[in-house]
Amino acid sequence: MRALPAVASFGPAAPEEILRPARPWFIALSLAVGLSANIVPFSGIAMALRPDFLALVLLYWCIQEPRQVGVGTAWLAGLVMDVADATVFGQHALAYAVLAFAAGYFRRRVLRFPLWQQAAQVAVLLLVCAGLVLVVRYVGGAALPSWTYVAPPLVGALLWPLLSVLLQAPQRPRRGSRS
Amino acid sequence: MRPIPVDSPAFFNRGPSPFARLVFFGLLSLVLLFTDTRYRYLEHVRGAVAVALYPLQRALLAPGLAIGYFARYIASKSDLADANAALEHELAVNAPAVQGYGNERRENAQLRELLALRKQYGGAAIAAQVLYTGRDPFSQKLYIDRGTSDGVEAGDGVIDDTGVVGQVTRVLPRLAEVTLITDREQAVPVKVERSGARSVMFGSGTGRAPELRFTAPSADLRAGDRLVTSGIDGTYPAGLAVAVVTEVAKSPGEMFARIACRPLAGVDRSEYLLVLARPRVASPPPQEDSAAAAPAKKGARARAPRG
Repeated sequence: MRALPAVASFGPAAPEEILRPARPWFIALSLAVGLSANIVPFSGIAMALRPDFLALVLLYWCIQEPRQVGVGTAWLAGLVMDVADATVFGQHALAYAVLAFAAGYFRRRVLRFPLWQQAAQVAVLLLVCAGLVLVVRYVGGAALPSWTYVAPPLVGALLWPLLSVLLQAPQRPRRGSRS
Repeated sequence: MRPIPVDSPAFFNRGPSPFARLVFFGLLSLVLLFTDTRYRYLEHVRGAVAVALYPLQRALLAPGLAIGYFARYIASKSDLADANAALEHELAVNAPAVQGYGNERRENAQLRELLALRKQYGGAAIAAQVLYTGRDPFSQKLYIDRGTSDGVEAGDGVIDDTGVVGQVTRVLPRLAEVTLITDREQAVPVKVERSGARSVMFGSGTGRAPELRFTAPSADLRAGDRLVTSGIDGTYPAGLAVAVVTEVAKSPGEMFARIACRPLAGVDRSEYLLVLARPRVASPPPQEDSAAAAPAKKGARARAPRG
């Protein structure tokens, strides 16, 4: 199914490292954890800052493993998120699909940069995603949210380096196998 | 160095291009958005997925609840003594009102019977705890731990100890969604306690004060007036505290006064709520469609210049 998987998933931190292919079950697990993190109830300031974890994880896999996670997966995840958040059907689905497409379009460019510079580009992608949701809801007749609306995408971008390292850990070659 | 071909050659069949997929799924999303906002066909699908997600949500809630219980368990003795003293003080302050209440209530019942007024609210009340607040930044919702299995129905009013909080908008077996009175889609029929002037309070969305719309500048309203439910909608029983008028702005050029309010209930703070199952005998619905359609049209026209 995947030709040259190792080459396709060049690590951002150490480009000379050849990574092992990501396992499908690990991708599914990480998406489930992202969804769970989105469902965890918060209150107060944490609520306003809470990034969209599922979008972040989707973005990561769309950039790292475009053959396994693409527009379709993102769309389905968005539908689940619509139900979990009790929002209008299709709102997250549309946003995630566009996010996945943008990630696939810019992935080679994003991967050329070190992690903290990637975070800046991720911030732009997440802001576009949030803006799309805003447009959809505003056209649907919702009131404009307060200015804190831009906080979650920015917090999400700050988490990007940490998330990349975490999700890539199982793919890194083991010390012993490197001779 | 020659660039490494990252993608496989074109003769490897990989299905439709990402752009084609985006267009397909994008259009599908738009169709869903349209059908969901316009016709609400998909409520059953939503219900099914929500029930499937419920155990996960409940499990994720457990750590927070456990921490809460633990914190309460180890609450210090002085805290409890303070709380006890405060409550006893409150009891003493309220004692005269409470003692007079029984008498007044009897008199009131007699007067009401004499006037052949509609019987006061007689439905059941279900105590509920707030599980979590809604995550959608565009709407004002919270979730409570009672659902259809406890007798909660969509449309029931929800109050806390100080006033009206909102209305149940969606129900699952053990979970219900409450739309707060500050949500843009919520309207509460109210009357001014002092003058009896009737109006409708509309929520304005996150961080904005609810307002009384379509109220003539000549209406008897002042800043500081208490608004209570008028009971004409059959959702909220009459006489529940709703809000206090904070500002009345009358400008000569405008048809309606701009009246801002502050909700009395701890809309975004209360932890324990009371769901009011709707009274058995509701006021009869209006006979003619035209009567019901008139205010809606008015609202649409008034909102048009804003959008």
